[in-house]
Amino acid sequence: LRLMYTATAMQSKNVGASGPEKYTEAFIKKQIEEFNLGKRHLANMMGEDPETFTQEDIDRAIAYLFPSGLFDKQARPMMKHPTEIFPEQRKIQWGEDGRPFHFLFYTGKQSYYSLMHETYEKLLNVQKYQDQLTAQDHLPQKEKRNLAGNRWLTKIELEEMLLEKLSDDEYSRFIQLLQKLMMLPCGDIEEKYIQKFSKEVPVQLQKVVIEPLKYDERGVAFSTGEGTRKTARATAVVYDNGTGKITVNGIDVLHYFPVLQDREQLLFPFQFLDRVGKHDMVCTVSGGGRSAQAGAIRLASAKALRSFVTEKEVEFMRQAGLLTFDPRVKERKKPGQEGARRKFTWKKR
Amino acid sequence: DDKLLSEPLSHPDFFNVKELFSLKDLFDARVHLGHKKGCRHRFMEPYIFGCRLDQDIIDLDQTMQHLQLALNFTAHIAYRKGIILFVSRKRQFCHLVESTARECGEYAHTRYWQGGLLTNAHVQFGPGVRLPDLLIFLSSLNNIFEPHVAIRDAAKMNIPTVGVVDTNCNPCLITYPIPGNDDSPTAMELYCKLFRMTIIRAKDKRQQSEVFNELR
Repeated sequence: LRLMYTATAMQSKNVGASGPEKYTEAFIKKQIEEFNLGKRHLANMMGEDPETFTQEDIDRAIAYLFPSGLFDKQARPMMKHPTEIFPEQRKIQWGEDGRPFHFLFYTGKQSYYSLMHETYEKLLNVQKYQDQLTAQDHLPQKEKRNLAGNRWLTKIELEEMLLEKLSDDEYSRFIQLLQKLMMLPCGDIEEKYIQKFSKEVPVQLQKVVIEPLKYDERGVAFSTGEGTRKTARATAVVYDNGTGKITVNGIDVLHYFPVLQDREQLLFPFQFLDRVGKHDMVCTVSGGGRSAQAGAIRLASAKALRSFVTEKEVEFMRQAGLLTFDPRVKERKKPGQEGARRKFTWKKR
Repeated sequence: DDKLLSEPLSHPDFFNVKELFSLKDLFDARVHLGHKKGCRHRFMEPYIFGCRLDQDIIDLDQTMQHLQLALNFTAHIAYRKGIILFVSRKRQFCHLVESTARECGEYAHTRYWQGGLLTNAHVQFGPGVRLPDLLIFLSSLNNIFEPHVAIRDAAKMNIPTVGVVDTNCNPCLITYPIPGNDDSPTAMELYCKLFRMTIIRAKDKRQQSEVFNELR
């Protein structure tokens, strides 16, 4: 026997649930009044002037009065202006007689479609202007515009602007229309309109600056470098015209690093650049273990050697991995396991 | 107030829509041109004058009568402050239709029709929404050459429809069909101009009548 579920009472939707809560204007107004009142009370409590109590003062006061150890900033107690807390919502779209205000109301997405309508109108205007110019043979040549510094609004930003949900297809259509408008020879007329939908992207050139050589009292060139590995932090000062002497924390390298492997690590940058006996090094290191300290000093000395060496050799060093920070740290132990990866012994019974 | 609403109904052509167009205007705007013989819809045969070189020619005398009835009806709806919704799924004329609606102060929908717009309006828009009182189809097919969903939905919701039906369209469910070309730009501009003039005329008449009533 198969049970056939009928779709009557079981699936009838709860009539009360209708999307996100709609906040009425009166409600928001009341919230704003309460917020202002609370701000004055808070200022009195902190002993400051209620008139000049800014949002930063409010945040500091709340953090002082209600200290919270929660990690998520959004979960901590906060007091912000109601317009920041309650999201902007569409008010009622039609008047008393029932007629909607916007002429594209019945499409469902009135702001998006009105935007498309406006943009298309601008496009037609530009084409008409272009035709006029062509008739008089005054058509201007298209100069190459530098598009590197601008980007279009993202879908989420556009959704925020229109207060409506968009689909990817609609968003891409809108961007294509804007691009078409921009590509036209006389598109410059509508520059202002297009700028509403484009944002500047600050150029992010992170070129690593190699510091120049410094000279100490004796006239010897030197340069410093810093390096870290696991928990070890090291600073190295590499001097020119040296004999290959290395001092770590005031102790000679042979005594500080009895193991050959660590000393090999220290020598690697010099050996790579064929400058084994030419430089002196004085370093300080703290934290970590034997191997970590060696790795930290290696990185520090490689960074210091960049100043002594041509750019090509710096590139070689980078490719050899001498200048890369090693991100490997000890992985945390998880509950239910013996270690980070090791599980408890599995017993069949 | 009662007299205001009942007075226009006593005249056959209260708003004098006949003077807005003539047969020559329709001919110049190429309203009589239909599609090819193979695209002909069975129910459009009464409205077709003949076939020339495989292309159907629509009977403009019948078009004149239907157009007069339709324009008269829209004028009455506009006089009674009804909501008029222009619908067309032709991409070339989407902008034209939307601008016409905006200038009249009425509404337009030339985009993708979401299924429950008319039948599920209270869920889609909100409780208390007012549905359109008249749907004007400036092209009754959608982009896949099938009858527009709104024709069926308006019939379900008891909303009267006015529509320009071409030789490949189904005129059945439309209350005031207007057999005519819906593909030429000149024809579409003519229709938009006619609807715009009737609606503005009707609204002006309404305002005048209200002013007269108040003076009395």
